Amino acid sequence: MREADDGGGVEGGVNGAEAQDLGLGTHREAEASELVYARSAIVVAAAVVTLAALPIAAPWLQFVLTLAIAKGFAALGVAVLLRAGLISIGHAMFFAASAYGVAVLARAGINDLGLLLVLSVLVAALVGAIAGSFLIRYRAIFFAMLNLAVSMVFYALCAKLYGVTGGTDGMPVPIPAVFGVVFTEPTFKNVLFYLSLALMVLVGLGVQRYLNSPLGHALSAVHTNEIRLEYLGIPVWAVLLIAYVISAALAGLGGAISGFAIGRVVPDFAFWTASGHLVLIAVLGGIGGVPGAFIGAVFLELLHSAAVTVTDAWNLMVGMTLIIVIMFMPQGFYGLFARKEALNL
Amino acid sequence: MTRVILEARNLHVAFSGVKAADGVSIAIHDGEFLAIIGPNGSGKTTLLNICTGYIRPRSGSVLLDGHDITRLSPRAIARRGVARAFQIPQLFSAQRVIDNMMLALAATDGLWSAVRPLETAKRREEAKELLDLVGLAGDADRISSTLPEGHRKLLDIAVALALKPRLLLLDEPTSGVSALERFPLMDALMNALRQRRITALFVEHDMDVVARYASRVLVWNAGNIMAEGRPDEVFSNAEVRERVVGVA
Repeated sequence: MREADDGGGVEGGVNGAEAQDLGLGTHREAEASELVYARSAIVVAAAVVTLAALPIAAPWLQFVLTLAIAKGFAALGVAVLLRAGLISIGHAMFFAASAYGVAVLARAGINDLGLLLVLSVLVAALVGAIAGSFLIRYRAIFFAMLNLAVSMVFYALCAKLYGVTGGTDGMPVPIPAVFGVVFTEPTFKNVLFYLSLALMVLVGLGVQRYLNSPLGHALSAVHTNEIRLEYLGIPVWAVLLIAYVISAALAGLGGAISGFAIGRVVPDFAFWTASGHLVLIAVLGGIGGVPGAFIGAVFLELLHSAAVTVTDAWNLMVGMTLIIVIMFMPQGFYGLFARKEALNL
Repeated sequence: MTRVILEARNLHVAFSGVKAADGVSIAIHDGEFLAIIGPNGSGKTTLLNICTGYIRPRSGSVLLDGHDITRLSPRAIARRGVARAFQIPQLFSAQRVIDNMMLALAATDGLWSAVRPLETAKRREEAKELLDLVGLAGDADRISSTLPEGHRKLLDIAVALALKPRLLLLDEPTSGVSALERFPLMDALMNALRQRRITALFVEHDMDVVARYASRVLVWNAGNIMAEGRPDEVFSNAEVRERVVGVA
């Protein structure tokens, strides 16, 4: 490669100035990049410590924040697909599939938290692989509407298959053992919250790594130019299917945590308003980075908790907030915390 | 003559009755720089579309190293070492210039690299070398949609080169590039092609570029080959001068 660049005297003339600056520029870029990472790491660490401490000061927040993190996972799944320009108004299906998975597996005798979490996420990923294999052929409004349609079929099945799902009464999600230890309900909810928090960091780092990989960049590239991707030899269908399965698994993780936190799963988990709620969280938080989904979820859950104490029309406040965010913060709340360079990561 | 890399046999394509290829056969030999010239709408870009699997001919076949690729997708043909730069640049416009390059470089790496970070020091350096070749090293961290049209064109060529192809198809590589940059760009590009042993086919309207850089010229007119040969032979053909070059 170096030989090629040395080969043409003319090209040296064209690019001489840039070439001289190349070494210095690279050094500065690396320093700037390290600074951005260090700053991001400090902000994330501070946020996690704050979240961990909040329930100690206000125990009622534990349930709210556990649900917020659970919805954050699902919203992150929606946000992953949004990077490819695909809006799913049906991701509550995977949220519910996983929660029902937990309930069914628990009824079948599996009683370990870790195993139930892993298996239920696999259930959501499997449902995602099946649905995704034909949904990823569609774009724009067709993708959104078909996701909605499939999720409503799933909702109807959950509501009508009384013998399997318990119909609209739903199914109980019993308290499982944690590494063989059976806790009381308050202790289990405590364990669940801190486990969710730890998973938020670990899974968040994993998703960030995925988004920074060629697969993640190819996903964003689908939004702008599928033709060039194909001409690079990169299969668009594979990029989208992988993203779809990952997003379904994330929604599934959120659904399983919600199931444990609430102690029951009902068909409303899969209702279209729940899917819309996830899109709302993703847009509020911002799709520029992984933290956006969790910021949006925590904000919305706290807003909801505060608003219901003041007025029945809490949806009005949520709606107003969404309008303000879309008009004045197109990058969502995450845009307030992230520098421009970090948004491009 | 060296061995044939790409061969099109008896191609027939028509759009709403207009024949873009009417029984055309061409062969591209290893190491040559074949230029295709011809009036607008005569079917030159259609030939590139057929050779890269973007459209399928009504009849006829395309062979790469003797293997039939007529029914293969652009993706499958790209993996066989055929890269393309477009007349209208096809970029990932919301991404940085360097990301466009690194994604192209990553496309040729193995499956394992798909889950490792896109940006590595080695890949960044390789991308910058190619950007330097087309004069865009200073724009590496710009969002590609903010580049002027001529520079987008250069980036499109650099992206195609990043695939390390054996055969490069260039659709009007110098259109949109300023007159001052045209020859330096082509000099650098031709040097790179020679050193990397890349065969090239380029559709071009600038006859000075064709005369200076093509090893063979093929004149396309109304879906047929009107003339073929070395640039000096073709440009001395009176019919070509009248219908294509524009001087009698």
